[in-house]
Amino acid sequence: MHDVAIVGIGMHEFGRHDGVTGMDQGVVAVRRALADAGAQWEDLEFAFGGSKDAGSPDTMVSRLGLTGLQFINVHNGCATGGSALISSYNAIRSGTFEIGIALGFDKHERGAFRVRTRGDNLEWYGESGMALTTQFFGMKINRYMHDYGITQNTLAKVSTKAFRNGALNPMAWRRKPFSEEEVLESTMLSYPLTQYMFCSPGEGGVALVLVRADKAKEFTDNPVYLKSCVVKSRRFGSFEVFSPHLANEFSEGPTVDASKAAFEMAGIGPDEIDLAQLQDTESGAEVMHMAENGFCEHGEQESMIQNGETEIDGRFPVNTDGGCLANGEPIGASGLRQVYENVLQLRGDAGERQVPNDPQTAYTHVYGAPGISGVTILSK
Amino acid sequence: MTQVSVQDTVLVGIPGEPRLIGGKCPDCGNHVFPMQKDCPKCTGDQIEKVELSTKGILWTWTIQGFPPKSPPYIGETDPENFEAYGVGYVELPGEVKVEARLTENDPTRLRVGMEMELTVVPLAIDEEGNEVVTFAFQPTENN
Ligand SMILES: [Zn+2]
Repeated sequence: MHDVAIVGIGMHEFGRHDGVTGMDQGVVAVRRALADAGAQWEDLEFAFGGSKDAGSPDTMVSRLGLTGLQFINVHNGCATGGSALISSYNAIRSGTFEIGIALGFDKHERGAFRVRTRGDNLEWYGESGMALTTQFFGMKINRYMHDYGITQNTLAKVSTKAFRNGALNPMAWRRKPFSEEEVLESTMLSYPLTQYMFCSPGEGGVALVLVRADKAKEFTDNPVYLKSCVVKSRRFGSFEVFSPHLANEFSEGPTVDASKAAFEMAGIGPDEIDLAQLQDTESGAEVMHMAENGFCEHGEQESMIQNGETEIDGRFPVNTDGGCLANGEPIGASGLRQVYENVLQLRGDAGERQVPNDPQTAYTHVYGAPGISGVTILSK
Repeated sequence: MTQVSVQDTVLVGIPGEPRLIGGKCPDCGNHVFPMQKDCPKCTGDQIEKVELSTKGILWTWTIQGFPPKSPPYIGETDPENFEAYGVGYVELPGEVKVEARLTENDPTRLRVGMEMELTVVPLAIDEEGNEVVTFAFQPTENN
């Protein structure tokens, strides 16, 4: 097994970009990642590309160069970007390739994701007004608040942190800070979650150049190593989005499984992680994911967040780039955005939002439909 | 106006006594909803149709505060006339938790652990002038 290093990162600004296709944004991200690595498109032996709604990534070879590389499209729900990364990681780790690129981009229609449930005896589900991701998040955090005493004010604090961090991030979509009152008084979308507690489907692109670790210094003095990369699907009994029924018996969700596997693979524990990007489809998700990923006990988030421990200058910074809340969620790119941010932070290049004291390790986590989770651990 | 089920393979007994059609795996006892042949618990493929219980306990809930996109939603989507509606999981003892509309849309009148029973709510009027209904749970008088 070979170690894997990230030597180049590129991003197209997240947000809404009229007249710019998702593919355009993917191509920009690739060109920026290559420039960052000091590599050429023709150097790449493989690409794994992810997009949900913006076309087949492999067609970008007609714009970047017809070099004959192995280009595989990845389509894997909300873990699409994360799955492009794990595929790239394994391609190098196994010794098959020395250099390649993981990329993702997307461009979604405005408003909540439209989900059509056809076939499989499920037309009634959408027709009856239940095929909405927002409802799942409302129901999951509502039960969690009931069980563990998380308050709505804490949910508001997660949002205000996200928008404050987003304001420091030139690549973010939403760069205007909001007050807790504004968050709490915005439209109630899915009780107890208000409009400013939810992220929106958006647009953007991210690309990461990966090489076998022994090649890293040929490209950069600041390589960042992928210590683990895991994707897990759900097990029987877990509580997932788009479930017309749930089993009465309970099992942990894919986040818990992916997290445990990632820590085992990296050979370190949660207390050795210096900062994390955690899936924050809405502010309650960030709260629950802190515990599901092993960074605290269930319920402990209430005091951690009230005490500012997850702020950039806090004990355990979470979503330093503003997360999904400030960046939106272009599904193909979202998980890769988290890795991009962690590479910046570990390089010490995160500018105004740099986590202090020279962080050495960083963690990413995506979660989404249909009950899938991806985790990475990075180190210097 | 005659009531018709939103999908008669899932919600039966309309008009009259609504029942939900789920399935039970003869190999492991697992319940599913709606009916499917394959069992996500034991990988069996012989799940048999059953009528699910009409009473259960509210496990969690939310209030849908904005009109869903149409399609797929067939209920009211005009923001002027849209009324928020409750959605929750109701745990049917010994069977399964079913996701359903709730008749109640006031957060102060819903709580985890409430006893609930099956009913229907109207969604739309179809081309023949029938009232299309879907299933919902309402708090019982015991609450
Ligand atoms: Zn079974």
